[in-house]
Amino acid sequence: MGSLFRSAEMTLCQLFLQSEAAYACVSELGELGLVQFRDLNPDVNVFQRKFVNEVRRCDEMERKLRYLENEIKKDNIPIADTGENPEAPQPREMIDLEATFEKLENELREVNQNAEALKRNYLELTELKQILRKTQVFFDEHYFFKAETVNYRTTLSFVAGVILRERIPAFERMLWRACRGNVFLRQAEIETPLEDPSTGDRVYKSVFIIFFQGDQLKTRVKKICEGFRATLYPCPEAPTDRREMAMGVMTRIEDLKTVLGQTQDHRHRVLVAAAKNIKNWVIKVRKIKAIYHTLNLFNLDVTQKCLIAECWVPVLDLENIQLALRRGTERSGSSVPPILNRMDTPEDPPTYNSTNKFTSAFQVLIDAYGVASYREMNPSPYTIITFPFLFAVMFGDLGHGIILTLFAAWMVIKEKPLAAKKSDNEIWNIFFGGRYLILVMGFFSMYTGFIYNDFFSKSLNVFGSHWQTVNLTTENIKILPGSVMLDPATNNYTGTPYPIGLDPVWQLAGNKIIFQNSFKMKISIILGIIHMLFGVTISLFNMRYFNEKSDILYEFVPRVIFLSFLFLYMCIMMFIKWFKYYANNTAKDYVLGTRCAPSILITFIDMVLQKDSPVEPGCEPEMYPGQMVLQKFLFVCAILCVPWMLLAKPIFIMRERKQKELHHQITNTLENGDAEAFHNNTSAPTVQHGGHGGHGEEDSGTGDLFITQAIHTIEYVLGSVSHTASYLRLWALSLAHAQLSEVLWNMVLSKGLGMGGWTGGIALYIIFAFWSCLTISILVLMEGLSAFLHTLRLHWVEFQSKFYKGTGYAFQPFAFETILEGGGAYPGED
Amino acid sequence: MPVCGPKLSICGIVLSIWGIIQLGLMGVFYYFGAVALAEDIPEVSFEHGTKLKDFYAKVDAGYTQNAYNCWIAALLYLATLVFSAQQFWANNRSSLSV
Repeated sequence: MGSLFRSAEMTLCQLFLQSEAAYACVSELGELGLVQFRDLNPDVNVFQRKFVNEVRRCDEMERKLRYLENEIKKDNIPIADTGENPEAPQPREMIDLEATFEKLENELREVNQNAEALKRNYLELTELKQILRKTQVFFDEHYFFKAETVNYRTTLSFVAGVILRERIPAFERMLWRACRGNVFLRQAEIETPLEDPSTGDRVYKSVFIIFFQGDQLKTRVKKICEGFRATLYPCPEAPTDRREMAMGVMTRIEDLKTVLGQTQDHRHRVLVAAAKNIKNWVIKVRKIKAIYHTLNLFNLDVTQKCLIAECWVPVLDLENIQLALRRGTERSGSSVPPILNRMDTPEDPPTYNSTNKFTSAFQVLIDAYGVASYREMNPSPYTIITFPFLFAVMFGDLGHGIILTLFAAWMVIKEKPLAAKKSDNEIWNIFFGGRYLILVMGFFSMYTGFIYNDFFSKSLNVFGSHWQTVNLTTENIKILPGSVMLDPATNNYTGTPYPIGLDPVWQLAGNKIIFQNSFKMKISIILGIIHMLFGVTISLFNMRYFNEKSDILYEFVPRVIFLSFLFLYMCIMMFIKWFKYYANNTAKDYVLGTRCAPSILITFIDMVLQKDSPVEPGCEPEMYPGQMVLQKFLFVCAILCVPWMLLAKPIFIMRERKQKELHHQITNTLENGDAEAFHNNTSAPTVQHGGHGGHGEEDSGTGDLFITQAIHTIEYVLGSVSHTASYLRLWALSLAHAQLSEVLWNMVLSKGLGMGGWTGGIALYIIFAFWSCLTISILVLMEGLSAFLHTLRLHWVEFQSKFYKGTGYAFQPFAFETILEGGGAYPGED
Repeated sequence: MPVCGPKLSICGIVLSIWGIIQLGLMGVFYYFGAVALAEDIPEVSFEHGTKLKDFYAKVDAGYTQNAYNCWIAALLYLATLVFSAQQFWANNRSSLSV
């Protein structure tokens, strides 16, 4: 059986691995990615597990690699992505790796520390240089000042330093207040920003010099400077000393610059060497970590000689897994082969639908609603056709379909380079993930657009219209209204239909919407009924597969009867109307003319309400002989289906139970002790098998049984009415889309076309750009999304509610691929 | 010398290709007097005194004029395409040389 229709058959296996071979075997299984391990020690704390030490070492290595990566990124060195996938290294290689990382990290840290110290030194020297340069002016003023007041007091002393520029105002105020105006502050800005060695930020600073008198003031000023984080520098008083000092500072700065350059070069070399290997290392470490995480899930044998694992495995892939295990054993050099043992389990296995790049987008849509129960019919193969088709019914426009197709085709053709980019943009990733879905949607939209004869709201006259103008005189033209109503009863219609799709002339007709509405509404109902009947049919396959014979008789059959006797019959009436009635003006065919054609909806409502439809004089009350009788029969049958669905199954189950009890009592009385033992033996597996639907209800009480069945019945009966109406969204959205694109054409592009004169060409150039932007953003993107959502709803609610349980859980195999893609987050680790 | 960025130049290329194809085709359809596009030709009123022949002549003139206008716009888009492509190329080169 094809794996696309149902999820793969799974089995629980027990795996005995020799301790020495366990690592290599798990590594092989991780490369294969087809095994889901179960946690055998769920009660054990993470810190009490066997390989916690190894995991911790891997964490440490990961931390070092992250540090390295950050440093590499800081220096803008490109990280080589060779795309190669190294195998998980042997456990003994771990020590080598650890040593390498340790060495690298230490080296880098040392280099960074040195660089920081050097930078700090450099900063101090530059600040000092600035002080010496700037204060020169102040000193000149000071001496000038001193010369005048030489007798007044003894010489002033001073401190000089550097402070952050934004702190200056507060600093000044503080000094004034604390020293009661007895100090004299001068400051000058340093024009070039200085680099803060610890943060690497560029900061603006100012040089200041404070003149004061006396020791008391000196201590106070120094305290304030400290408080404002100003750095003070010794500044000699004599100008010659200052000049000498400045010279010394200059030479030292030059020396420092060369040393700094060498340090940077060294750091760069180390990082470039590391950048070549870092991707490889990250993969290796993540693989080791994943392996030890997995080994932590295993149980230890009593003898400590072997590890016991339990895992879910697809039955079809058992052979591959055996081979991988054998490879692992060979690699580890162990002589004892691992043992893979199939086990019986009462648990429901996980659902595993193998997908490829084409089907995965569709499977994701289905799984978003709920993962299928184990071995349930998988709706996604049908969705591949129905989803784009229903989408296209709503998004029917040839032009918009072409845009959609081209966009998707570009993504599909450029698949590999685009996938290699690994964009973080979530919206782009959604589009890219669904590229095949969008491509098929584009193809279908082109098809429906062709059928609707809609190309950016204009029609294409490919085969020549089958409408004509006859007997048009000048007088006729004068009294012609703005828009012309097309009447197929006149000889304007040639009598043969347009070969495929709508006739192009309808696009210009005044009664276009009336005509299209009637057509599109009927089409949507017909499509909907087919879709829902298909869903009910799929439930038959489920029932047969799970061997629920009673469900077929008590659920499937009445459901089909109810749906087809009422709603399929309505569709058949639509076809009868289409085939039998036609527009004509001849008296002979008056009965088959427009006035006598019955409204299907009213006929259907009257059928349900048991009324006679009113008819015009001269028309026949029935579309075909015996219609009323047949309709009564169909209606009664459909009504009888309701109690059938409601009561038959619970009554059947109750009777079965009673018989069982009776049987039990008889056997009990016949052979007392043995029967009990026998019963106990057999009852255990039957309870275990009751994982699926109907059997699960055996344990529930009678009341529950009836209530569940009543809920299902009411849901189905009301559902078939409301769901049928729900399919009218196909018509509504399609109408809205066509109208919106027509409005856009008439309100925007038409303005450019109707300009006339030679300026019209330039106006058209500008207006076309505007129109195309609006077409993309509103008609393709917004309308496309809305049509997509409605299609999704039609599938999730209207289609899948007929057969799909979706109560399973997904198969999450242990695979290096997913772990590496997910940034190293291991599923078991939170 | 790149004036617009890489994204804008790609946008310009796509828009101009679309414009050239659509406007060029629309020009052809106007030239052959497609009925589907009749609503968009410059307003021609049919008054009481007009002769049928004049009316047809006016409509035909409107069709031809629109055809030429479409082709003019298409040519302008051709210029835009050349400009955008040059910009795209310049952007690519400058990003490679860095």
